[in-house]
Amino acid sequence: MHPILKLLVQRIALGLLLLLAVSAVIFLGVEALPGDTAQQILGQSATPEALANLREKLGLNDPPLTRYFAWLGGVLTGDLGTALTNGVDIADAIGQRLGNTLFLAGCAAVIAVPLAILLGLVAARYAGRWPDKVISGITLTTISLPEFVAAYFVIFVLTQLIPVFQPVAMVFPGMSFWAKLNAVALPVIVLVLVVLAHMMRMTRAAILNVMQSAYIETAELKGLSPMTVIWRHAFPNAIAPVVSVVMLNLAYLVVGVVVVEVVFGYNALGQYLVDHVTKRDLPVVQAVGLIFAAVYIFLNMLADIIGILANPRLRHPK
Amino acid sequence: MNDKHNQLDWMVSQAKSGRMSRREFIGRTTALGVSAGLASALFSKAALAQAKKGGVLRAGMQGGESTNTLDPALAASEVPFAVNMTWGEMLVDVAPDNTIDYRIAEEISSNADATEWKFKIRAGVEFHDGKTVTAEDVVATLKRHTDEKSQSGALGIVQGISEMTAEGDMVTLKLSSGNADLPYLMADYHLVIQPGGGLDNPAAGIGAGAYKVKVNEPGVRHVFERHANYWDAANGAHADEVEIIVINDNTARTAALQSGQIHMMNRVDPKIVELLKGVDGITIEHAPGRGHYVFIMHVDKPPFDNNDLRMALKLAINRQEMVDKILGGLGARGNDFPINAAYPMFDDTIPQREYDAALAAEHYKKSGHDGSPIILRAAPGAFPGAVDAANLFSASANAAGIPLQVKLEPDDGYWSNVWNVEPFCASYWGGRPVQDQMYSTAYLSTADWNDTKFKNAKFDELLVAARAELDTEKRKGMYSEMAHILRDEGGLILPMFNDWVEARRAEVAGWNPDPNGELMNGKALLKCWLA
Repeated sequence: MHPILKLLVQRIALGLLLLLAVSAVIFLGVEALPGDTAQQILGQSATPEALANLREKLGLNDPPLTRYFAWLGGVLTGDLGTALTNGVDIADAIGQRLGNTLFLAGCAAVIAVPLAILLGLVAARYAGRWPDKVISGITLTTISLPEFVAAYFVIFVLTQLIPVFQPVAMVFPGMSFWAKLNAVALPVIVLVLVVLAHMMRMTRAAILNVMQSAYIETAELKGLSPMTVIWRHAFPNAIAPVVSVVMLNLAYLVVGVVVVEVVFGYNALGQYLVDHVTKRDLPVVQAVGLIFAAVYIFLNMLADIIGILANPRLRHPK
Repeated sequence: MNDKHNQLDWMVSQAKSGRMSRREFIGRTTALGVSAGLASALFSKAALAQAKKGGVLRAGMQGGESTNTLDPALAASEVPFAVNMTWGEMLVDVAPDNTIDYRIAEEISSNADATEWKFKIRAGVEFHDGKTVTAEDVVATLKRHTDEKSQSGALGIVQGISEMTAEGDMVTLKLSSGNADLPYLMADYHLVIQPGGGLDNPAAGIGAGAYKVKVNEPGVRHVFERHANYWDAANGAHADEVEIIVINDNTARTAALQSGQIHMMNRVDPKIVELLKGVDGITIEHAPGRGHYVFIMHVDKPPFDNNDLRMALKLAINRQEMVDKILGGLGARGNDFPINAAYPMFDDTIPQREYDAALAAEHYKKSGHDGSPIILRAAPGAFPGAVDAANLFSASANAAGIPLQVKLEPDDGYWSNVWNVEPFCASYWGGRPVQDQMYSTAYLSTADWNDTKFKNAKFDELLVAARAELDTEKRKGMYSEMAHILRDEGGLILPMFNDWVEARRAEVAGWNPDPNGELMNGKALLKCWLA
């Protein structure tokens, strides 16, 4: 077997194992939350009879291990079960929300990733001079703002001062693509501001690191322009660290944007998860947790694989 | 007299043509000796003449989750409440002036001791699926809520009904003990009449209300279209479509109102009311309600089993400061019993309890408390501003020499781990339409939600006696006596009643504040129109 193929198979197998472990951890974590599902669903107005009935109905009296394996079996056969709180099929509910999550993350990534890399290249080219300082200064400012502050700021400027967008960014099936883009404009701007700095700084650092190498000096001595040196010789060798940071940020865009979702009323997975954590809706929390974990594991695996493929020493082992 | 009539006629015509605002109308008519309730009703009627049909009316609301369902029995937060009121119709409603507004029931009568009630079902009321509402549907609905399996939030209301029968257009309910307030209880927002009682599919969203459910995305939005055969179309269902958009974030909801994405919103943060008042095209609406914020002590657990200590704490709270700082002035002081002027038969002669550090210190000394810290638990979600209120309480109590300390609890799990478990914590009540229901829910010895563990034989006796008493004066006296008992011996510290504070855009007409609930008791989308 080709060593790269072997490496890939190993990575994927490890990823799956990790996912299984994560499912157990999620289950344990939810079990350890204070309060029980029935009480959370019925809230302050719960009567003891209603509580007992609901516990019985939800099967909360079974031992945890039984419930875990029953659930795991369901997941493997594609059945995520129904939400305890409102009896909706979880797979259906998640489907649309996951689509919205990916749409928002995709829009933000399409803008943020090329922009961050471009800015990183420019900053590396003019390292220590004013373009570098301006780029770093601005992106570090935007990353230092808490997301909700950035969000309120954007709402204030772009819906009140200059009313070009709507503050509530819900998208629905049946909306045209352009209407959807218009709706998510504000959260996309906020997310771009939030993820830009990390990727930009990493690109800059990785390239500056490579710039110390002897072959860069050779390229410069050949008479290549500084931008060509960076693009042709430095950047290809800096891809691995940049890709892993890009993937981390992509994962963040999928799983970590609940605050932005709440502020803009965006109907995606994060808000859905939080609602169900509050109500101790175990099956939903587990399903969404598993999806989030899968996204993280998959993107990190992808970063590893690209890193391996981008590394000539790994591609051509002796 | 004639002159007054002429003036009144003139004002009504001004209101009809939209040349006089509600506030001005009520101000001028009450100056003529018309009661405020009547003036408000007159204005609503006059203004209705120019109601415009059509358009899409949108409300942005806090209090919706993706875990919500259309099963009316399970509604527990603000959005499901408003959703129920939009597609559902109950036997009766409670009007803003506290009278019964007959809906599916067109006539109600009872026997002398209020143990048997007859509801005459209105003819020709149609469900969204085209079926006609029958007495059998009503009985099936009530039966479903009586069944504990339905987990209905109205179980406590219907479980006193021992027998239900439907005959022709008449529903007869027999109660295990007399209850003069039964019509009011039937206005509970869970008791939406469903075809066949909703037994086949409780979450189908089919009722006899003004609007049909068009899109139901819990936690996101609820879209409704007008029910073509709505029985009361003359008094509501003006917009072609109405929409409830769930925007839980205060800032986003306010921004959406300002930008016109929504026409009205619930729960305006008291902190920004003053700022919003200055914004063009936005009107703040507030209605004094029955909801109240409380600090509750378990009277059966030390140190709160000592009435002197309880009295010391009741005297050590500065109610006016709470109303000013926590509610931004949009509310009223409480008096340690859960009833205010929004209830029928309220006794307004009971003296207001004031902050009195010296008297509090005296009671504290008399209680013989050992001086160890008294822990008050609060979480941000106990009520808006709960932690600030607890800190104000602690400061004013410390000034009286009472070692009150605040312990901050997380919102998550508060209602299962702290409320009704810990002996002293912050909480809230939404209020009930009548005194009996409020007291029976939380202060009767055997009440399920007796969150102060208050057990008083005399109080219980009065409560049961008042329930079946049809003589209003006698009944008022009984309620007054109960208020005194609870105020002086109970575990309830009630610093303030909160107003419903809402905002609407100028183009929304037909607004009429309702003490029964927020957004005109959930009917703003039905009763308002786009001018």
